[in-house]
Amino acid sequence: MAEIYATGHEASHPALQHHFENMEQQREAGTLGMWVFLVTEMMFFGGMFFAYTLYRYQFPQAFASASNHLDLTLGAVNTAVLIFSSFTMAMAVYFTQLGRQQLQVLCLVLTIALGLTFLGIKAVEYHDKYVDSLIPGTLIPSRPFNPDVHKFHLLPGASIRNVEMFYWIYFAMTGMHALHMIIGVGLLSVLVYFSIHGRYSPEYHSPVEITGLYWHFVDIIWIFLFPLLYLLGRHLVHGG
Amino acid sequence: MEEFEVPPPSRINYLNAEYGLKSWLLTKDHKRIALLYLGSVTFFFFIGGIYAMLIRLELLTPQGDLLSSTTYNKVFTQHGIIMIFFFLIPAIPASLGNFLVPMMIGAKDLAFPRINLLSWYIYLLGGIITIYALLAGGVDTGWTFYAPYSTTFSNSYVLATGVGVFISGFSSILTGLNFIVTIHTMRAPGMTWFRMPLFMWAHYATALIMILGTPVVAITILLLAFERLAHVGIFDPAVGGDPVLFQHLFWFYSHPAVYIMILPAMGVISELIANFSRKNIFGYSFVAFSSLAIAIFGFLVWGHHMFVSSQSVYAGMIFSFLSFAVAIPSAIKVFNWTATLYKGSISYDTPMLYALGFIGLFTIGGMTGLFLAALAVDVHVTDTYFVVAHFHYIMVGGTLLAYLGGLHYWWPKISGRMYPEGWGRFSALVVFVGFNLTFLPQFVAGYLGMPRRYHAYAPEFQVFNVLSSAGASILGVGLLIPVIYLVWSMRYGKLAEANPWHLPGLEWRTSSPPPTENFKITPVVTWEAYEFAPPEELEVVGRFRRGQTAEGI
Repeated sequence: MAEIYATGHEASHPALQHHFENMEQQREAGTLGMWVFLVTEMMFFGGMFFAYTLYRYQFPQAFASASNHLDLTLGAVNTAVLIFSSFTMAMAVYFTQLGRQQLQVLCLVLTIALGLTFLGIKAVEYHDKYVDSLIPGTLIPSRPFNPDVHKFHLLPGASIRNVEMFYWIYFAMTGMHALHMIIGVGLLSVLVYFSIHGRYSPEYHSPVEITGLYWHFVDIIWIFLFPLLYLLGRHLVHGG
Repeated sequence: MEEFEVPPPSRINYLNAEYGLKSWLLTKDHKRIALLYLGSVTFFFFIGGIYAMLIRLELLTPQGDLLSSTTYNKVFTQHGIIMIFFFLIPAIPASLGNFLVPMMIGAKDLAFPRINLLSWYIYLLGGIITIYALLAGGVDTGWTFYAPYSTTFSNSYVLATGVGVFISGFSSILTGLNFIVTIHTMRAPGMTWFRMPLFMWAHYATALIMILGTPVVAITILLLAFERLAHVGIFDPAVGGDPVLFQHLFWFYSHPAVYIMILPAMGVISELIANFSRKNIFGYSFVAFSSLAIAIFGFLVWGHHMFVSSQSVYAGMIFSFLSFAVAIPSAIKVFNWTATLYKGSISYDTPMLYALGFIGLFTIGGMTGLFLAALAVDVHVTDTYFVVAHFHYIMVGGTLLAYLGGLHYWWPKISGRMYPEGWGRFSALVVFVGFNLTFLPQFVAGYLGMPRRYHAYAPEFQVFNVLSSAGASILGVGLLIPVIYLVWSMRYGKLAEANPWHLPGLEWRTSSPPPTENFKITPVVTWEAYEFAPPEELEVVGRFRRGQTAEGI
């Protein structure tokens, strides 16, 4: 009878947790778990997208005026940076599956570097807003929202209170996105540590794959944020 | 194939596999985590219960004499917040569900044991912060946190409470995530979707709501907290915001949250009704899919909380129609349970008494829900005790009764001991009588116009309130008795067999209490969910049905 108790783990991989029958089941559970988690993330951001949509519809002039004041160049560069980081992330997964350890480490490090570049550029943008006193409410108590109305091209019918609301939505959404980026960089750093130690192999690569899913998701959120926050309504100001 | 027997079960089970506080606080065993949850939800239930007692004491007399109006506002708010976020939502899924979801599908554990433990710590952290808020001065916004009162005007601890609720929400998300992945990927060989007990379908549907709804209320409460903290705004009319947006986002979660509370309860009742009638459930797939239908429709009816909140009348009509529609899957369940009883071999053990009580009370709660879904009637009874009575029939008459029924039913499996049957039946009866005496009069008082959330009321409502308070004290006693005898039975109860009820479910095919890995060998399922075999085939521990071979493991 003894062999009955030992079944299920005959060819067990060191990374196989005790409650899974085999690596395939473990990989499937991990991947599905990340997808389900991403669904919750979608709903989380969804609440803010909903608020954005509602108020964009209610206050088109104010939102266009405020949106136009964002730095399009920095936003566009950041978009490119993020898309490229998704590419390096995908390559990291690819090289892990092939068992090319050095290239895998390289791609992970590149992804981290690009992520940090994004966060750096974002910090520059935030700082510009700080200088212009565009940070809404009393988020920075020493510098409440108080923009110079002459520098601001306010469209007719736009109220400065609604401009403030746009900036709150902007900071809430990009801030929450940046928080996810920081978490992503943290996860990638753990991956780099383990991949230098040769933990991932063609047989066991799901942590890299799952982190990749997360990274791409955070990227996609930005792909929606960029046009909604930076681009929509520019023609109202520039008469296009 | 020949049947074979595995060696007699060893005395090592999940309870005595390890000793010491550390072995509990760092456990990754879903059964131990279920017990951690069981203890903590019971703790929060009694805190919420103390507030309920204060409410009923105050309302004995028409004058606001025991509590000032400010204190009373805090008391009913805190009753609601504790009971909803820290008892009703986690009660069945995180305790019974945590214990049974892996066992019912023949798995060793949930897919993510560490995340499961993490969810309990998150729950506890949220709970501690909320209790801090209560001790520091309390909160008076109502459990609904409506803006702009919560963002601007309330002088109570809205921020701390909000943070507590926000954090505890993630424990619910993680539980839901774990259930979904476990049910998808961890089913034992032969355990097809349609062989799963209906408890599993109910928990799957619940998990869907948890992962889709909870993040929305999380971001809503987060935005609310920032609004209060830093005077930024999307809800505050002073910055052009719309307070009704808060209500939309809040109810988008909080109405489905009602189904987080009731769906697992329905799952428990499906088990109890089928098993104590010793009969296959009538219309298995209808009951299974009605759980999913409730989960889906449940997301489309939130507007019925806002019929008088300046919502468009057309939106009101659509929400009203959809709210009627959600009654259909609920009714399917009630009819199918009733049909299952027909010609069943019914035994009136304690769990079954709770189940029968559930059917009656849930029906009353559901039917009065239809009154509230009807636009014109709702305008008449909005914010009256009619609403209070309605949702207590669902939450207490439904969820709490199912929770108690399930706890008794699985108690032999959880603790390895039988509870005293006589006391069990007695307290089930006391709870039923006490509950009805508490809440039935509130329907009348509410329909006659007694508003909720005031510490004083017109003298003509006193008779209903005295009845209600009397009922509440009976209910309180009825709830205290099980606590006493269940704790008593852990040491002195009769030792439970592996399968005291002689049932086919997988959880009964392992020893009581189960070993840490649940099953000594991975079971291969060859039977349907409620296939009642002759008792001699079920009674022996570790004997598997024909077709079970070592190769199938």
